[in-house]
Amino acid sequence: MGRIGVFICWCGENIARAFDMDELTEAVAEIPGVRCAIDYKYMCSEPGQALIREKIRSEKLEAIVVASCSPHMHLKTFRAAAQAAGLNPYLVEMANIREQCSWVHEPYEDETVAKAVSIIRMTVQKVLRNRALEPIHVPLTKRALVVGGGVAGIQASLDLADSGYEVVLVEREPSIGGKMAGLSETFPTLDCSQCILTPRMVEVGQHPNIRLYTYSEVESVEGFVGNFTITIRQKARYVDIAKCTGCLECWNRCPSREAPSEFDYGLTKRKAIYVPFPQAVPARPIIDLNSCAKFLRNECGTCLKVCEAKAINFDDQDKVVTEQVGAIVVATGYRMYDIGREQENAKYTGYGEYGYGQYKDVIDSLQFERLLSASGPTGGEVKRPSDGAVPKKVVFIACVGSRDNAKGIPYCSKICCMYTAKHTMLYKHKVHDGQAYVFYMDIRAGGKGYEEFVRRAIEKDGARYYRGRVSKITEENGKLIVRGADTLTGAPVAVEADLVVLAAAMRPAIGVLELAQKIKLGYDEFGFLSESHPKLRPVETNTAGVYICGACHAPKDIPEAVAQASAAAGKVQVLFSKGELTREPEVASVNEQACAACFACVRTCPYLAIDKAEIRDRQGNLLKMTARVNPSLCMGCGTCVAVCPSKSVDLEGFSEEQIYEMVNGLI
Amino acid sequence: MPRLGVQAFSAIERQSWITMDHEESMGSAFAATSVENCYQCGKCTAGCPASDEMDFMPNQILRLVQTDDVDRAMRSRAIWLCVSCLTCTTRCPQSVDCAGVMDVLREMAAEQKTVPADVQRVLVFQRAFLDNIRRHGRTNEVELIMQFKTLGFLKDRNIRLLMKDALLAPKLMQRGKFHLRGESVRDRAVVRRIFDRCMPNAGKARMAAADEGSGSEEAV
Amino acid sequence: MMEFGYYPGCALHGSSNDYEQSVQACLKPLGVGLKELDDWLCCGATAAHTLNHMLAVSLPARNLALAERDGFADVFAPCPMCSMELIKVNRALDGNPELRKRVSEIVELPVEGKTQILNLIQVFQKIGVDQIRAAVKKPLSHVKAACYYGCLLTRPPDTLQFDDPEHPRSMETVLEALGASTVAWNYATECCGAGLTMAREELVCELSHRILTNAAAHGANCLVVACPMCHTNLDMKQADIDRRYGVHHDMVVYYLSDLVGMALGVDETELGVNKHFVVRQAGQPLESGATQTAEMQ
Repeated sequence: MGRIGVFICWCGENIARAFDMDELTEAVAEIPGVRCAIDYKYMCSEPGQALIREKIRSEKLEAIVVASCSPHMHLKTFRAAAQAAGLNPYLVEMANIREQCSWVHEPYEDETVAKAVSIIRMTVQKVLRNRALEPIHVPLTKRALVVGGGVAGIQASLDLADSGYEVVLVEREPSIGGKMAGLSETFPTLDCSQCILTPRMVEVGQHPNIRLYTYSEVESVEGFVGNFTITIRQKARYVDIAKCTGCLECWNRCPSREAPSEFDYGLTKRKAIYVPFPQAVPARPIIDLNSCAKFLRNECGTCLKVCEAKAINFDDQDKVVTEQVGAIVVATGYRMYDIGREQENAKYTGYGEYGYGQYKDVIDSLQFERLLSASGPTGGEVKRPSDGAVPKKVVFIACVGSRDNAKGIPYCSKICCMYTAKHTMLYKHKVHDGQAYVFYMDIRAGGKGYEEFVRRAIEKDGARYYRGRVSKITEENGKLIVRGADTLTGAPVAVEADLVVLAAAMRPAIGVLELAQKIKLGYDEFGFLSESHPKLRPVETNTAGVYICGACHAPKDIPEAVAQASAAAGKVQVLFSKGELTREPEVASVNEQACAACFACVRTCPYLAIDKAEIRDRQGNLLKMTARVNPSLCMGCGTCVAVCPSKSVDLEGFSEEQIYEMVNGLI
Repeated sequence: MPRLGVQAFSAIERQSWITMDHEESMGSAFAATSVENCYQCGKCTAGCPASDEMDFMPNQILRLVQTDDVDRAMRSRAIWLCVSCLTCTTRCPQSVDCAGVMDVLREMAAEQKTVPADVQRVLVFQRAFLDNIRRHGRTNEVELIMQFKTLGFLKDRNIRLLMKDALLAPKLMQRGKFHLRGESVRDRAVVRRIFDRCMPNAGKARMAAADEGSGSEEAV
Repeated sequence: MMEFGYYPGCALHGSSNDYEQSVQACLKPLGVGLKELDDWLCCGATAAHTLNHMLAVSLPARNLALAERDGFADVFAPCPMCSMELIKVNRALDGNPELRKRVSEIVELPVEGKTQILNLIQVFQKIGVDQIRAAVKKPLSHVKAACYYGCLLTRPPDTLQFDDPEHPRSMETVLEALGASTVAWNYATECCGAGLTMAREELVCELSHRILTNAAAHGANCLVVACPMCHTNLDMKQADIDRRYGVHHDMVVYYLSDLVGMALGVDETELGVNKHFVVRQAGQPLESGATQTAEMQ
């Protein structure tokens, strides 16, 4: 080959301010193998691309180098341009003389120019040895897995199911609905939470395209984008759902009431056989063996007696099933920060000074939602846990855990300012002669209608906002003495409250790290799952075919979770819109004749993309073993090339010869 | 007003060197990153047992330092009403050592003689205490109390200070708690040398306390 | 026979000598020996950290150097002001060779900062709460104590790493081993006014008054402390507080070592309990000691 076209971009003045562009172009034209060297102000623009296409045709170029910015920016653009002119896109290379030269060195210095020329020469050396390649085609299973059945998971599942794809929805709890099912009313509309959610839940339960696994967890994930094999463990309910008619007589008659209710966040006790809440989907009970007298002591057995459908089965076992999917949407949601002193991770410390867990009338915000909720333990009346009295003074404390470096959480949980304002309003609507106090540091109310909502709480519903944190809460004679401050007047403030509600920080759900490791997803120091790009790719991840949405990504409210869920579904739809997947062909391949079958590459490949293969003759006799790269999995990292002692594996587009010649080109 | 170079210290094992270099201290920051971390949440104020009488709340003192208004902070009554209970430092969500900042301000205020009149008594006591230690190595309570009362009386001419607790003496004596002559260390010279290395003008502290404004005490 | 280095501090050799008497009398039957640091000096207390930061580091450092010179691995400092300052300097010296060098020069002795400093409660923990329980001769069933920790037994928590600064339980654990019961109350770690007894009497009275009031409100018949400053403010000043607020607190304030000693069968006079200002009726009534109601037998 020897007809290389080099296109040098000015990149406006990003590159041009560091070089005399004429001088650079002349120097580049001298490089052996270069047929023509052209410079232009904005190579990626339409005229720039037209220039490339024109030159490819008129100069009959065999390959091109675009000397400009990072390939992360525009490699795709220039490959498309070349392809439009009839040149194989893999005969296009980029020489980065911006990020790696003009942006980081002194302009107009001899060394700067020399470096730019070196980079270009090196790239020419490489592209001289490029081969025309075709993308690899991979079959695609057009089914999706959604992990998590909260509002985000529900939205994503419905979007995908409604567009005709089969969805496997896996939810860890016995019912879908997530945290939203337990809320009373939602901001800023004060819509009844269950009223807007349960129709969606029912839709999910009845949708022909959704296969719902509740009380189940993802056990393992194998494969790659378009071709995932998911193993799901359905935990034993001890109730046969196929036989159960949902009459719930067992739940009604169970005499045991010892275990703290998960749905009411410990405010009440629940039965041993139970449905988490009456609107559950599926509305079928489960048995908690740890509080079941029949299981523990072989007593009782009431549920067995009353079940007409004979659906109770104490011999039930977990079931393990596999599903094939092409994409995964993770929507595992959140949990509250532990305010008490017990923490599972020494990084976090609780708030001993607030007496949570010690004083019954110090509760957290989700518990308060249950008190407000019509289906809650107090039937929607605000009554405090200790004595059932209606509290006349309620103190709400913001930022408990959040924005508190000393306790381990520096971030803001985003929703607490809004739901605290909501709580004051709902409290006032129910207790007309009550007074709400809020201790806050800032008010974060950036959404649509949010600021007006908070002002309404203060101006119409009379909530008293004190700007300052609370130092300590003690209990005297049935009252909670809250010692806070108002930095705006510059004075400490003490309130004798009947009830205190703590707005605890949002943290990712328990078990998310284990799930992330199974799916090979990145996460940050707090366990929030990592998106590809915070601005431009908020629902994609760096793992192909896996998308995230909702609070598992970062603290957020319901509108955002729903929007992200639809966005994630949209990404899956883009993926599924093609007949098959195409992958970049710059993958490794093994020279099976030369391979010594030491399998060092098999062991070192980070993507588990290399298998051991047998070469047999026609009679079936084993001739030799060899390593074999799966082009569907290979990411082209080159680790195998580096470790192979017999130099039997090479990387397309980055061959050993190419690298050698590039180094030669440099020196 | 000279600006100060301080690297954070105090109760939480960081280091504080107060450099009172009048010439060199331009551009140096108070308490390094520590005071900048304060986001004025007011938790220190909320938990302070002595805040009732303070002219500036603890968070406001921090704010004054943050906004380079160290002078006003130094002239406040608040820093002398602080009881060093360390509640603020313990509960601060940003791990700002508020009690340590109070210490630094007190040291500066004492050096620069910016202590308000109605809290001077606290300074008089602390100075008398250090004087007492410098002399004996351990506190001689009777001598200390006499010195404190005398100097305090000289300051604000309040007879009650002299008379107060006079009845306490016989009660202490009855209980064997009254030591007319207290203990001293054997090696008193080393104590003096330690003091001199840390406080070159310690011996003059007594005179300085009674002698406001006159004499030019050199900065440490 | 356990032996600790002993750093009494100025208060225990001054008007809080009843605390020293108490400590010595209760540790003897437990087989613990105390060896006083030779020629120790004042730790600097509040005055040093208020007026001069180098002195606040150097005075405790000199005492640490003495402990190291005399080869003590553990030093018992009954006054939490002293123990806190000593531990603070230990931490400051840790990992800071430059400071160690500078301080060693100032105090004229090499100082590493490796000595373990123990407060009174930690001494009992080292002896072993079970051992103490086994040695009890007169269970203190009549005692309903409000354990008062004050400021410096638990703060600053990063430095001391001793007990929970919000809900400490170490003193309660010792007392329960003596057969006493303890109350849950709200002023366990609230400041009593500390060393400002002379200079800001009205503040000390206010803060101590709140403590005494809350202890009684939660059903305590005595306060238990492990700090000579707290004891002075709550005991010696109780008559002044009563006068100021028109009340009769009638609250006996024991040192923890008093109660340990009493449970082990040591006579109260040996423990110096009769030297308190507020004593209970059965004890020898001293002139200005308020008398306790017959509730305590």
